[in-house]
Amino acid sequence: MNLLLLIGIPLVAALAVLASRNAKQVRWISLTGATAQLIASFALLFAFKTERAAGNTAQMLFEQKHALFPAWNINFHLGVDGISIAMILLTSFVLVAGVLVSWNVEKMTKEFYFLLILLALGAYGFFISLDLFILFFFLEISVIPKYLLIGIWGSGKKEYSANKLALMLMGGSALILVGMLGLYFEGGRSFDLLQLSKMSFDTTTQHILFPLLFIGFGVFTALFPFHTWVPDGHSSAPTAGSMFLAGISMKLGGYGCLRVATYLLPEGAKEYANIIIVLSAIAILYGAFATMMQKDLKYINAYSSVSHVGFSLLGIGMLTQTAMTGAVMQMVSHGVMTALFFAVIGMIYDRTHTRMVADMGGLMKVMPFVATVFFIVGLCSLGLPGLSGFVAEMTVFVGSWEHADAFHRIATIAAAMSIVVTAVYILRAVGQTVMGPIKNEYIQLKDANWNEKLAAILLLAGILAIGIAPFWLNDLLKPGIEVIMQKLASVN
Amino acid sequence: MLNDFLILMKPELTVTVILFLLLFIKIGKGMKNETLLPLIQVLLLLNFLLGFFFNKQGVLFEGLYTSTSMIVFQKNILNLGVYLISLLCADWLRKTPHLPEFFMLMLSALLGMFFMISSGNLLMFYLSLELATIPVAAMANFDLEKKISSEAAMKMILSSAFSSGILLFGISLLYGATGTISFAELPAQLDGSPLQIMAFVFLFTAFAFKLSIVPFHLWTADVYEGSPIAVTSFLSVISKGSIAFIFISTLYKVFQPMEAIWYNMIVVLAIATMVIGNLFALRQQNIKRFLAFSSIAQVGFILVAISSNSPAGLSAVVYFVLIYVFSNLAAFGVASVISEKTGRENIDEYKGLYKTNPFLTWVLALALFSLAGVPPTAGFFGKLFLLTAGATKADYWFVTVAALNMIISLYYYLRITRAMFMDKNDQPIEKLRPDPSARLALLICTAGIILTGLLSWVYDYIVKLN
Repeated sequence: MNLLLLIGIPLVAALAVLASRNAKQVRWISLTGATAQLIASFALLFAFKTERAAGNTAQMLFEQKHALFPAWNINFHLGVDGISIAMILLTSFVLVAGVLVSWNVEKMTKEFYFLLILLALGAYGFFISLDLFILFFFLEISVIPKYLLIGIWGSGKKEYSANKLALMLMGGSALILVGMLGLYFEGGRSFDLLQLSKMSFDTTTQHILFPLLFIGFGVFTALFPFHTWVPDGHSSAPTAGSMFLAGISMKLGGYGCLRVATYLLPEGAKEYANIIIVLSAIAILYGAFATMMQKDLKYINAYSSVSHVGFSLLGIGMLTQTAMTGAVMQMVSHGVMTALFFAVIGMIYDRTHTRMVADMGGLMKVMPFVATVFFIVGLCSLGLPGLSGFVAEMTVFVGSWEHADAFHRIATIAAAMSIVVTAVYILRAVGQTVMGPIKNEYIQLKDANWNEKLAAILLLAGILAIGIAPFWLNDLLKPGIEVIMQKLASVN
Repeated sequence: MLNDFLILMKPELTVTVILFLLLFIKIGKGMKNETLLPLIQVLLLLNFLLGFFFNKQGVLFEGLYTSTSMIVFQKNILNLGVYLISLLCADWLRKTPHLPEFFMLMLSALLGMFFMISSGNLLMFYLSLELATIPVAAMANFDLEKKISSEAAMKMILSSAFSSGILLFGISLLYGATGTISFAELPAQLDGSPLQIMAFVFLFTAFAFKLSIVPFHLWTADVYEGSPIAVTSFLSVISKGSIAFIFISTLYKVFQPMEAIWYNMIVVLAIATMVIGNLFALRQQNIKRFLAFSSIAQVGFILVAISSNSPAGLSAVVYFVLIYVFSNLAAFGVASVISEKTGRENIDEYKGLYKTNPFLTWVLALALFSLAGVPPTAGFFGKLFLLTAGATKADYWFVTVAALNMIISLYYYLRITRAMFMDKNDQPIEKLRPDPSARLALLICTAGIILTGLLSWVYDYIVKLN
């Protein structure tokens, strides 16, 4: 399968959106494009499975390489393994749901969908690129759409949030850039991920470059203490924007931490693993406790995202096969879950015009569909078995427990304690919102529309697919993680 | 011989022919601006297109004048810039009472820059530098009824005269120390004696003045603010570009033996220029002053690449200047349209521009993102290659400082984007209808901003010229 398709479809869709005449056309073109992309992603999954079943054990499949800037040895090098495919699937799910949820955006519809698709384009490009330069290009391409989506269509202190997000992410990018240039010049003038992975950088280089890259990507994925853009950004963004930010954009960082920082610089990863563990344990606990204090539904999910994404960083920091698998699972699981969470919050807000938990109540009576989905996604967030959150977090914990020393045990226990806190805030928020007596002004409210139902069902299907049958995801991720583990094992 | 002369000096000759044509028009019956301006635009377009044909490498007048394919390409970039300015500022140009004189001055300055880039000798360099500077000072005065414009011209001529003095002093010292003024013979004579270093520092200072490198930048903001936008954009794009070209070739070719000295100078000055340019840009309210300080910061990034002392540095700078022509001219073009139609130059007055003028807003936003180095604009590639070239010396601290400066610059570029897209305004700028030629130029710039980066053969082409 030609991977250019994954960039081509969004590109064509974005251009078609620009050329379209009215809002209705824009919506349908976007939906068609997003659906085509979803189908392409599944096609990629099956093509990948077939290739693997046929005994193709190459590290990356469907590779292609075109010279881009030969003077710098920069190539347009694409390829996928199981980890990228999981991420691509996630992006497609969130994109379709995002398009559906934004069906009622009236303000500058064309620009909105154009930017949304551009954002997705960046994510697809990021997950399939095997050249650090184009990876960085696709990572950065999302800066403008994010900034404008929040600043124009957002709510609350949107200008402040948009600025903060753009600048903090740019700061992360600056660190990545320096780290990347370091890899380039120390690694024989190549940005190629596969070529760089064969180099052995000397210890000092690794110790300098690893923090640059890890923190740089960490900013994207809310590494404590660089998480402060998350609550503001997520809560100010429009619904689809929040879904994308929390569901996909934060995963770009996690993917980068794993694929670029940890994979290319194993010695650096070992050196700093304990710091990563401490920081992510803090993020997990701090995020959970901070969520307890929030009264705004979007802030609740934003802070809980900090906590949940902490699990993937914790998994990476543990440096064991199981924990890392759990980390990637958590990225996928949290992506789907948080996208659904934000979608439901958006649906509630569109109807009640408030996001304050205290102002709501009894929504189950007027909008049973929305309320039920809200309930399920809440349970997923607190890690109920059968849903995706449980699988991912459990895997991280099991992987972490493989270390027998006190430090790792304590960190794991501390992280595990957050689940109790999660249960408290989730049950409280969900309970107050959907249970209890209904307020008079809400009696007239209607349940979800077809588009909202479709979006919710799609994402719910994702949650259940991981929750009930996690093996397929595990099998998909396994070879990719093994390569990283081998590289880690190759240094003492 | 004559053939060589004609072909090698083709860019200069074409410009001279246009110059004389304008002179004849002026002393003849004269022409109305409405007919003259399109004629000039067509002539400049022809001049630009002609730059791509019949090119040859060679040396004339015993090394006084050199031409290589890289130099021809640099001249083409400058030609393109001048052509775009003639389109972008059409509204203002049409109203100016002395249109032929304005272009005569501009073309003389351009001619000076051509000779300057081609010069193979310090004397030739000095003469052409003067030719490139003095007409610009006269141009700065072209808003005849505005006091601030005369003030700008005065400041410009005084600071140029001062820097020329320093340059001449440096040249005489260098001649005294080495006994030659030829670029080809100088490197062999350079041994790093204190007198030579002294001479070099003077020479360097003169360059720093012209490039407005901190701490020699103080004239920039006032001159930019006072001059008409056509002149400001000429100064900030064409002048800066040409000086950067000759600066880099003098450093790499003539002062190669003194690399150990100028590397440190450039590192210090680049950091100062980026940081101070950025910090001052943060607080500006006038869009011209704002772009002035942002262009100072951009020069700092150019210095990062120059410090690499490698062919990669040269191609990165040429590539960046090409992108800079598109991005900065687009920004100035929008500012010019707005300023000419409404007289507004304050950033706060740009609030809510998107509601009334979506086209102008998108062009300006893209230009600013390109200046900030955000993809998919070409500025991303330009900036990245500057920094990559700078990192060849493995001085990662230096590159880190540059990368962090990109964050500061993003902040102030976002300020304008935010004003245009997000802020509310009770009295936004009304719907403007830019002149068709200005619209065409903005489209060319936009295409340049997007395509120069994505079409990677552009960079390849520049590398191969080297």
